[in-house]
Amino acid sequence: MSGASAGAAPEGALELEGLGLRLAGRRLIEPLDLVVPPGEIATLMGPSGVGKSSLLDFLCGTLDPAFEGEGRARLGGEDLLDLPPERRRLGILFQDDLLFPHLSVAENLAFGLSPAVRGRAARRARIAEALAEAGLEGFEARDPATLSGGQRARVALFRTLLAEPRALLLDEPFSRLDAGLRDRVRRFIFRHARVRRLPTLLVTHDPADARAAEGPVVELSISGMQQSG
Amino acid sequence: MIEAMQRAAGAALALALLGAAPAVAEPLSWDEALERAPGQTVYWNAWAGDERINAYIAWVGERVEALHGIELEHVKLTDTAEAVNRVLAEKAAGKSEAGSVDLVWINGENFATMKQNGLLYGPFAERLPNFALVDTRDKPTTVVDFTVPTDGLEAPWGMAKINFIYDSARVTETPGSIPAFADWAAAHPGRFSYPAPPDFIGSTFLKQVLIELTADADLLQRPVADDAQFQAATAPLWAYLDALHPQLWRAGRVFPASGPAQLQLLDDGELDIAISFYPSEAQSLIDNGRLPASARVFVLDEGTIGNTHFVAIPFNARAKAAAMVVANFLMSPEAQARKQDPRHWGDDTVLAMDRLAPDERALFEAIPAGPATLPPEALGPVLLEPHPTWMTRIEAEWARRYGG
Amino acid sequence: MGAALRRLSRGPASPALAAGGLDWTRPVPVLTLALFLLPIGAGLLGTLLPAFGWLPALGGETLGLAPWRALLAQPGLAQAVLVSLVSGLGATLAAFALVVAFCAGCHRSRLFRRLRLLLAPLLAVPHAAMAIGLAFLIAPSGLIARGLSPWATGWALPPDVATVNDPWGLALALGLTVKELPFLLLMTFGALGQVRAAERLRTARALGYGPATAWLKTVLPAVYPLIRLPLYATLAFSLSVVDMAIVLGPATPPSLAVLVVRWFYDPDLSQRFVAAAGAVLQLGLVVAAIALWAVGERLAAALGRRWLAAGGRGAGRAGARVADLAGRVPTLFAVGLGAAGLLAVALWSLAWRWRYPDLLPSAWSLESWRRQAGGLADAGATTLWVAVAAAAVALLLVVGCLEREQRGGRRPGRGALWLLYLPLLLPQIAFLFGVQVLAVRLGLDGGWLALVWCHLLFVLPYVFLALADAYRALDPRFGRAARCLGAGPERVLWRIRLPMLLRPIAFAAAVGFAVSVAQYLPTLFAGAGRFASLTTEAVALAAGGDRRVLAVYAFAQALLPLLAFLLAMALPAWAYRRRRSFRAGP
Repeated sequence: MSGASAGAAPEGALELEGLGLRLAGRRLIEPLDLVVPPGEIATLMGPSGVGKSSLLDFLCGTLDPAFEGEGRARLGGEDLLDLPPERRRLGILFQDDLLFPHLSVAENLAFGLSPAVRGRAARRARIAEALAEAGLEGFEARDPATLSGGQRARVALFRTLLAEPRALLLDEPFSRLDAGLRDRVRRFIFRHARVRRLPTLLVTHDPADARAAEGPVVELSISGMQQSG
Repeated sequence: MIEAMQRAAGAALALALLGAAPAVAEPLSWDEALERAPGQTVYWNAWAGDERINAYIAWVGERVEALHGIELEHVKLTDTAEAVNRVLAEKAAGKSEAGSVDLVWINGENFATMKQNGLLYGPFAERLPNFALVDTRDKPTTVVDFTVPTDGLEAPWGMAKINFIYDSARVTETPGSIPAFADWAAAHPGRFSYPAPPDFIGSTFLKQVLIELTADADLLQRPVADDAQFQAATAPLWAYLDALHPQLWRAGRVFPASGPAQLQLLDDGELDIAISFYPSEAQSLIDNGRLPASARVFVLDEGTIGNTHFVAIPFNARAKAAAMVVANFLMSPEAQARKQDPRHWGDDTVLAMDRLAPDERALFEAIPAGPATLPPEALGPVLLEPHPTWMTRIEAEWARRYGG
Repeated sequence: MGAALRRLSRGPASPALAAGGLDWTRPVPVLTLALFLLPIGAGLLGTLLPAFGWLPALGGETLGLAPWRALLAQPGLAQAVLVSLVSGLGATLAAFALVVAFCAGCHRSRLFRRLRLLLAPLLAVPHAAMAIGLAFLIAPSGLIARGLSPWATGWALPPDVATVNDPWGLALALGLTVKELPFLLLMTFGALGQVRAAERLRTARALGYGPATAWLKTVLPAVYPLIRLPLYATLAFSLSVVDMAIVLGPATPPSLAVLVVRWFYDPDLSQRFVAAAGAVLQLGLVVAAIALWAVGERLAAALGRRWLAAGGRGAGRAGARVADLAGRVPTLFAVGLGAAGLLAVALWSLAWRWRYPDLLPSAWSLESWRRQAGGLADAGATTLWVAVAAAAVALLLVVGCLEREQRGGRRPGRGALWLLYLPLLLPQIAFLFGVQVLAVRLGLDGGWLALVWCHLLFVLPYVFLALADAYRALDPRFGRAARCLGAGPERVLWRIRLPMLLRPIAFAAAVGFAVSVAQYLPTLFAGAGRFASLTTEAVALAAGGDRRVLAVYAFAQALLPLLAFLLAMALPAWAYRRRRSFRAGP
């Protein structure tokens, strides 16, 4: 497999080269080659249980040690897989918003906010700005548990964005939302990903998600029983 | 088999101890002790089964802190043998300095064990100024402990004498001798018992029985010669107990755990007679709300066992100087008068009244006796403790016969 | 065992998961095991060798059976072993039967859900205080007899019946049952959550089985393997308990464990050989009892399978009522005895005069509290700081081990659980003697280090058991999300995991604290008699003395862990008073 050539990738793109997963030595999915330029949303489709989420975990560096990842991943030309997770600067959104329940909305955002923003006043202003952008002015002191599903999704997005990621990974972030909300949240997240020119990788089993992403779609296939070499 | 093993271990131990014995230093003089004592902490290992005694010891702690700047820690024991054991173990481990026990409340077999094994510091008792006030003439047990000469290795602290407490509201007739006790128990089944040996009250009761029943009581003042002698001398004791036990509380299958437990049972109404070691203990317990006001005391016509209890300093004590100062304070008129006061403890002083200054004597005269305390002349003759070897063997034989 | 050790201590599988640089959790599992196994191993050896005559300090320099011959010649040995067996096996069987009866009969009732709240405080009450309270209750002159006398019983004086300290150890068995029941019930409740009991019951009920039968046939077989280790620990503990046996058990002879302690303290040093042999016998007794129990398990399983296959539904309406009563009454009675005992302790601490047959004191007073204030403060302070230190160290080690699991992504196997239970399965007396010898050798005896370390051996397993499930159950995606937001592993631990686990951590700390407060033998042995804790004081006073003073110490001893549990509930509730997700009960 030659895959996408590194030299041809646009600046700031997310490049995957022979990316795959093994469990107990057995290959779970066929190695994947993909280049996602900034502002583009690529979709990985596949039935549940195929290991889509684990693939994103592998990219983030938080793969369950039972699995074994293979291949290479580069972001803006830099090898990702050697870095500890906190230095990869990948933003990820999960099926659940995973807002930290013991922190207020502002504290959740502050946890994400890059340490490069210094000074209490500056940080507070940055968080207020983000809340305003999310349509949640004055929500700083709120308990995340008191927010609606849509509100929570927006807080989760901005917590991720405040960390100033270089790419965005979406792990079926809309699947738990009800139908009316799903479309709105999807558009909201996609818009921000495009505006910020983030290379975005979406994992889903919902064809509607893939259509809305308007980017390349890769069908993940199960390696299943076949032996791999 | 056990004896062979014990002998072997004992011999080996003795050898080990001889080998490890430190150069014997001259004991501290009183002035040296007084000079070094401030700031030292004394770990006083003392039986702690009686709250009044614990409170008394706490008071001693306050006084020696105020008078001499000594910190006193009461290491509470359920059996003095624990402390003896600890010092023995330390010596066996070669720890001849900075041991964990500074002062120990002791007498009888425990003293004999420690003295025999060279575990004691001294002689120091005669160096203490207050020892001059001790009544060594009329109270010979202050220098001869269970037939063993104290040789200045322990300082007398208090006098004990067997007496019996009963509730006069329930009991009208009391036995006057050991044989009469058996008759009384038969007439009142389940109303008398004694603490299981090796509790010292229980063991002392057995010795009381032995002294009254054995053919030649003088024999008991010497060590047990051999098995045959022991069997012959104690046969009446076992015959007596075999007959007595079925008449006792719980039919002699269960015994009170300790002297104080037995007094609690008296107050509960489970027992009619309890054994006490302190002549004014009954009054003391009434004053403390632990016995009814109708509690009274009786003794036996032929006399009851009396002894002295002491404090001793282990050979490897860390705070020898302060321990000596505490021992001296315990023999002071102030401490002795409080000890005799039934509101605090209630056992007799070791001091001779005629050696005290008038104001010191007044301390003792001011102690209220209370209706439950017999006057000294009514306490009857003092019987001497047998040699400790008798006690050890009686306890073992008792355990063999009745211990399960 | 070696394999389990390797499993526990294996390094991280994914280097990327751990941050570059030093990871403090890496050595923690090995350190924990070392802190744990070294003293126990050395202690066992230090007990085994003298049991066969080897103790050079006391002149024992040849191996042989002399100590065993001496042991067998000890008066009352057979009876002592019998007392241990009756009380230990009896209490474990009774507590287990009560648990099964209660769960089978009452699993649908409101009581079933509510009992959990009641159990935590009862679990917190130290053994000694519980035993003392029970003795105040059931003694011939105790509260129960007073309540019925003389109007119902005609007893103008207490009856001459050994309801406590009876020669067979039945009172001790009762005390152990009352004390162990809350522990077993809580462990069972925890296990029920893991086996999807509700689904099993639904299926069985749909097939026409009555509720109790359905529970016995479908839930019990699944739950039993999960509570097997706690049961063995209960059995081992009951067979070798010392403090409760001193209070409730017989004295001539006492149970084997108490006898062994007596021999250890015999002024005749050669008795130490006998004591060591006795301690090994105690160990053998525990092993044999566990083996016997395991055989019983097989038998019960075989019979149970036949009963299962027979297909009896037990669906009668009357049957369900009987099962409900049979489950409810004995358990409530046992729990009630425990609670009433504590009440008796409180009353006695405030009494001045309280004679039989008065149901309440005839004269009240705070005098006992006032007089004991000094001693109480000293013993209370010692108890407090040892418990705080032991619980804190245990918490640190346990969090380190569990965090290592998270970072290394590996969970220790079944063998590690056995290792963890080791101090609970071995009789304390079997290795504490050796531990003391070791401490003397190292010059640690009578120091705070030895004391806290010794407590740690027993505190650590309970803290681990109390925290592990919650720690492992925490959604790992929170940690991953935090890492992706740029947080290193330490920040994830301190800002995310620990705060989110505040409630179980506080609970585990309280459990550790309570376990430490209750320790009797470890304090006695490692403290070299210099550290008086509320527990050693209470047990020493239980041998007689002033019942009012005993009550003061027992009450204080029970109060301390209760306060710790209260704090453990209040602190997270206060910290998260504005966070809805944390409001639901544990």
